[in-house]
Amino acid sequence: MILKRQDFVRRLPDSGHHFKSATSFWRLIHVDPLLLLGLLLLTGYGLVVLYSASGHNYFMINRQLFFFGLAYGAMFVVAQVNLLFIERFAFWFYLLGIVLLVLVLVMGVGAKGAQRWLSLGFIRFQPSEILKLAVPICVAAFFSVRVLPPRLTHVLVCLAFILLPSILIVKQPDLGTAILVGTSGLIGLFLAGLPWRYIIGTLATLAIASWPMWHFVMHDYQKRRVLTLLDPEADKLGAGWNTIQAKTAIGSGGWEGKGWMEGTQSQLDFLPESHTDFIIAVLAEEFGLMGFLLLIAGYFFIISRGLWISVTAQTTFSRILAGSITLTFMVYVFVNVGMVSGLLPIVGVPLPMVSLGGTSLISLMLGFGLLMAIATEPKRVTI
Amino acid sequence: MPFRDIDQDHRRLKDLKSETRLICARITTAFVSVLVLFMILVVRFYDLQVIHYDDYVTRAESNRIQVQPVPPNRGLIFDRNGVLLAENRPSYTLSLVRERVPNLDATLQQIAGLISVSNEDLENFRKALSQRRRPYESVPLRYHLTEEEIARIAVNEYALEGVEVEAQLVRYYPHGELFAHTIGYVGRISEREVSGFDDEAYRRYSGTYSIGKSGIERFYEDQLLGDVGTQHVEVNAHGRVLRTLERIDPAPGTDLHLFIDIQLQRTAAEALQGRRGAVIAIEVATGGVLAFVSTPSYDPNLFVTGISHKNYQDLNESPDLPLFNRAIQGQYPPGSILKPMLGLGALEAGVITPQWRIRDPGFFQLEDSAHRYRDWKKYGHGNQVDLRQAIVESCDTYFYSLANRMGIDRMHPVGTAFGLGEKTGIDIPSERAGNWPSRIWKQAVRGLPWFPGDSLNVSIGQGDVLATPLQLAVLAAGLADRGVIRGPLLVERVGGVKAEVPERRTFTASEENWNTIGSAMEGVIHSPRGTAKVIAKGATYQIAGKTGTAQVIGIAQDAKYDRDKINERNRDHALFIAYAPVENPQIAVAVVVENGEHGSSTAAPVARRVFDTWFALEAARQAVEKEQTALGF
Repeated sequence: MILKRQDFVRRLPDSGHHFKSATSFWRLIHVDPLLLLGLLLLTGYGLVVLYSASGHNYFMINRQLFFFGLAYGAMFVVAQVNLLFIERFAFWFYLLGIVLLVLVLVMGVGAKGAQRWLSLGFIRFQPSEILKLAVPICVAAFFSVRVLPPRLTHVLVCLAFILLPSILIVKQPDLGTAILVGTSGLIGLFLAGLPWRYIIGTLATLAIASWPMWHFVMHDYQKRRVLTLLDPEADKLGAGWNTIQAKTAIGSGGWEGKGWMEGTQSQLDFLPESHTDFIIAVLAEEFGLMGFLLLIAGYFFIISRGLWISVTAQTTFSRILAGSITLTFMVYVFVNVGMVSGLLPIVGVPLPMVSLGGTSLISLMLGFGLLMAIATEPKRVTI
Repeated sequence: MPFRDIDQDHRRLKDLKSETRLICARITTAFVSVLVLFMILVVRFYDLQVIHYDDYVTRAESNRIQVQPVPPNRGLIFDRNGVLLAENRPSYTLSLVRERVPNLDATLQQIAGLISVSNEDLENFRKALSQRRRPYESVPLRYHLTEEEIARIAVNEYALEGVEVEAQLVRYYPHGELFAHTIGYVGRISEREVSGFDDEAYRRYSGTYSIGKSGIERFYEDQLLGDVGTQHVEVNAHGRVLRTLERIDPAPGTDLHLFIDIQLQRTAAEALQGRRGAVIAIEVATGGVLAFVSTPSYDPNLFVTGISHKNYQDLNESPDLPLFNRAIQGQYPPGSILKPMLGLGALEAGVITPQWRIRDPGFFQLEDSAHRYRDWKKYGHGNQVDLRQAIVESCDTYFYSLANRMGIDRMHPVGTAFGLGEKTGIDIPSERAGNWPSRIWKQAVRGLPWFPGDSLNVSIGQGDVLATPLQLAVLAAGLADRGVIRGPLLVERVGGVKAEVPERRTFTASEENWNTIGSAMEGVIHSPRGTAKVIAKGATYQIAGKTGTAQVIGIAQDAKYDRDKINERNRDHALFIAYAPVENPQIAVAVVVENGEHGSSTAAPVARRVFDTWFALEAARQAVEKEQTALGF
């Protein structure tokens, strides 16, 4: 038996504990049943909330169901892909994403003053979504063949990989996605064992550099968002409106909520973007703190499962990738819920699995497909 | 391939075991972070949903629930027989809520593309917009939308954020200009009026767009307005009202019933048509005003929703002064109208007796003066002019002598007792007092002593004497009622309550003297030499009256009044007062016709028509009553 060089490298001891039978049904179809259960429960819950938030719009629900079907299908397909293949073509995958991002800046189409879409005539898509996966894959692949914890040179090279797409996406401008893309890469870097002294040093530098950032780098609308976050009451009908209305919706939900489709803030249109970015406020208003805790429990379950998959993965590449995908998902949730409840500035990040929208859903589920592939990766022979 | 060359790092070897440990440790750290982040979110939601629950519920409710004022229906106005004179009609109004309109100019343009919006409308709208108002109060843009316009707006409703079509009750005066000078009109509340509001008024007028601006509408504003109601409505973020949650009904304004009889009013107005002047009829027994006309008039409906600049300019700049209420604001020299009153005063003061006679050469001269005070009749009224003849033929020379004997100090109290020189206190605003001169007045105003000649001028109602037509009507009613000066009042009943007509003044005189004056005044109409004998023809009742002529321009000494040479506007004013029937006076009338020249030819016939109509109405009323009695009602 001729073994390839990578197989030596990636062979890890103590891996592959999560399935009792190496030939179980789930492993055969490359699906992690617990993760799938969590995702399905969340999808169902999300649709219930969306129905209310959309103003009982069946058309919208049907469209979202279609996207879910598409996304679950994509997840299932990706789960079948050999991880070795993905690892080998990681860099090309990444490069393709970068080229598309540059194309967006040159010839993209968009709305509301932002150029985010690339039109291929029959279909329009956001290349930034590709980078949400390409960046963590690239980081994971980069470190899987290097000695960990990484040396400074490697850290800097990796940072360049992360920053390039982030900057291109900020240019669109799409701060929310840029943050998510950048964060997914940084999480990979962190998992690869980025030394704590670098982390602390960077945080300290950022704290000091925030002043010039504020004055010379940030867009006015971004500044306004930050200022509005600090004092939403200052501009009640303008930029503060969204935050005030969202907090009012959440707060007035109380313990038990006002009941499904009974939320006054959401049903009477006081809540902006109620079926997209601000849908958590609808949930909190109508189902109260209980409903919110249930949702958080769902997310926690999925994230815990994801981290477990990551811990029990078989190669460094799989571990870093699984961890990055899972934790990026966490960042999604935290940024969205944090921004709606007034903890974070308003950046356009949807609530994963719940907010209306197809594009982000598909890239999200592709990530879960990778997680499933990792969870069901065939055990390698140990020599 | 950047990922392939793994052995650039020659000093270290990849240690899979330690790598696994490292990554698992990092994942554990991450898991702890996940827990912490979730805890932060849960604490945040607990803070919002449990700790600050009450605050946010209140906020959500105040978002959703709006308290709206419900304007009361303004009180109606009826004539004495229950004919509606001022009512409220439903009208569809397009209004905007400024706070909900994202782009005002764009929206206005859009509306202008759908329905006609004049520059006047826009001007009024902008004016209203700049005034103080409560937040989310709608500002009217166009009134009286047609069905088609409502439909056009309704179709485009989705694109017109903050635009509303409201059904409102708008004041309407079905008889147009017939009552403009009595009932007046309501109009939009002006900035000045709003700034004068106290908190209570501010509350009462919330939701109400109009306020009484003139006439009865203004005088009885407080009673007509009613009290505002409130309703709690659920609205969505776009301000659309979804349902009413709670409602306190407004209290409608009080209805008013006037003394005026619309048919008499119409007769009076028709009799004066084409002329500038005033007619007032007063019910002698009550002091109530039966007819009150000032011509020309205007359509009060023009003012209700804001008069256009052009219309207002036309009214304001017309040489006929239609906006001028001649009945209470026009001050005319009463001329010979005063003669019966002064004759009565002289009798009562013992200055003259009914038998006292003078010789009338056509003029009067004061001692030591060459100035001739002329009679209107060039060669006089004869050598034996007594009081009766002096009143019947309106002999000026007689009254010059009378005044010369009596003196202003005894003349003045007589006029005062009949209400001259003071406002009658009628229940509409802007009344003028006229002028009834005295020694003190002349000293105070002119800084001059009283000359004997001044008394002569006063005796024929010239000089500084000024009276409004209403004052003359009150004088006529006072003569009819033998010295009792009442009211006058326009409104007979406020709601169900009869208004009290005040007795302002009285003049006491002996029965005999009253009879003398009454008979002389009857002679003015019913004797062959009476100045108003033209109106006696065909009358089925006896009328007592007095004509008057007031000079508009001074005629030089010895110059002849030549009507053909005088501009129409400078011709004499014609005046006439009368009451009827003589035996038991029911109705007193005063007529002033500007530039009508002779009381007998232009003013007196107006009074005759008023009397005829009144007695015909009276007869019809009695016939109906008799019939009802016969039928056993």
